[in-house]
Amino acid sequence: MRPAIQFEALAEDALLLRFGEHIDSDLNAQVQAATARLRRLPELECVPAYASVLLHFEPSAWRGSAGGDPHQRLQAAARAALMESHLTTVAPREVSMPVCYGGEYGPDLVEVAAYCGLDPHQVITRHAAAEYHVAMLGFAPGFPYLLGLDPTLAMPRRHDPRQRVPAGSVAIGGSQTGIYPEALPGGWQLIGRTPQRLFNASLEPPSLLAAGDRVRFRPIGPEEFRQLEEEYAR
Amino acid sequence: MSVRVLKPGLLSSLQDRGRPSHAAIGVGRAGAMDGPAWQLANALVGNHGEEAAIECTLLGPSLHFEQAAVIALTGAPIAARVGERSLPAWTACYLPAGSVLQLGGMALGCRSYLAIRGGFAVSPVLGSRSSDLHARLGHADGRALGAGDLLPVGPSDPLHTLPASRGVSVLPWGLDPQPWFDFGQQPIALLHGSHWGQLDEASQQRVLGGSFIVSKDSNRTASRLDTPRLRLREPLELISEAALPGTMQLPPSGQPIVLMAEAPVTGGYPRIGQVAAVDLARLAQRRAGDTVCFRPSTLEQALARLAEREQRLARLRRYIAQRLEHPE
Repeated sequence: MRPAIQFEALAEDALLLRFGEHIDSDLNAQVQAATARLRRLPELECVPAYASVLLHFEPSAWRGSAGGDPHQRLQAAARAALMESHLTTVAPREVSMPVCYGGEYGPDLVEVAAYCGLDPHQVITRHAAAEYHVAMLGFAPGFPYLLGLDPTLAMPRRHDPRQRVPAGSVAIGGSQTGIYPEALPGGWQLIGRTPQRLFNASLEPPSLLAAGDRVRFRPIGPEEFRQLEEEYAR
Repeated sequence: MSVRVLKPGLLSSLQDRGRPSHAAIGVGRAGAMDGPAWQLANALVGNHGEEAAIECTLLGPSLHFEQAAVIALTGAPIAARVGERSLPAWTACYLPAGSVLQLGGMALGCRSYLAIRGGFAVSPVLGSRSSDLHARLGHADGRALGAGDLLPVGPSDPLHTLPASRGVSVLPWGLDPQPWFDFGQQPIALLHGSHWGQLDEASQQRVLGGSFIVSKDSNRTASRLDTPRLRLREPLELISEAALPGTMQLPPSGQPIVLMAEAPVTGGYPRIGQVAAVDLARLAQRRAGDTVCFRPSTLEQALARLAEREQRLARLRRYIAQRLEHPE
């Protein structure tokens, strides 16, 4: 069944397609599939979020030779692109990320375990057992919002956000998990850190992850962390 | 050839059109806050149009020109002098090698642009030379210009309407800033946002009938507006969606914020309005303490005004290019 999609003109150069109003893996999967189709349209930037896609465009490019309404023309093109049913679906990319949990790398692990009524090892096991969906990127370049956290690990954000969260920190914020690509201020609970670099503007693509990717975490020890850190720095 | 920053001013950064196509990986647009002023500064020095210029905020920098250069100033009216000679804005000026340009304060407005013939040619990051101060992308990892910075300038031919001379020289003509700078601080056109209908009636009247004061917390990310608290009919729980420049959000404080050039790419606050794209440059020129009034606009009206401005800008740029190449 094809869900009803709401179209909303946000600005002269922006049209939002809304698929729903809540955070949900299935809904987000529809968003990613739609984004893949919409990206075939020319002169358009597609920005997927949890349950919506923003289409950013140059109004003059979508006005047409007759000087029509660019929003109407784009809306018609978007509907047509979403109706195409013969497109093959592409299997999502799977990314495995090494994470050193606890200790100096995850200063909030003990607190998260206490809050969830688990011991730290159970937190690590459950966090690393899940397969996560990258729902969207935002907050900072390359910051992924990951769906799929074991509900028993959900924990609210900290009351006192940190001024500086180290780059690579793997964190829990509510029912989601995320990874800080750079040293940033942040309020999520830090349970581990990856030595992998998530964002590098001089690489193509600059972001390790894209919306729609699948992520798994592989627990590593501090020694392997340091080895990999050196390797990635090269 | 390069330009050395002697004093950085209050907040100066290199800006061009920005990075409009990387929001999906969390990279915002950045770019010049007053787009037309940036474009016209480039046009006045005979640049092709997309070169990076210096965006100055309230107090401009002092710069040393190692070699002769042609520059232009646009945007907010700013004090500018080389030695004893004061320089006019909205025209091209020839500065001989060794000149020290001292930019001062702005009589009104908030942002001035200094373009140089050849453009500031720092290495582009993701297709743009803009500094994103928030995401730390661009020249010197996206920080504002600092004393001692050496800014490379791209190659260019001499401008024969402004030939080399011993001293400073200025074109005999310039642009009327009137259509491009909002001296009268006119009301700003506002479209309804997704959650406009959820504002209570008194708040709706205040947005479109009252006035706001630009807060001192305003920056390239957002203009924060002080007002008696705006209220929703009932609280809204929203999930994050893509955010964009011009969006008027209402955080729980009840003080609206309008996202600007360095808008985050996602946001979850109620969106009560959208500043018409054609008026964003005007809002960018309001400084802390200035008054802002809004007037309602439909999307069609906003699109028509935007198209008209783009045509006017294109015509003016063609005219400038011709007049720079073919004197009288």
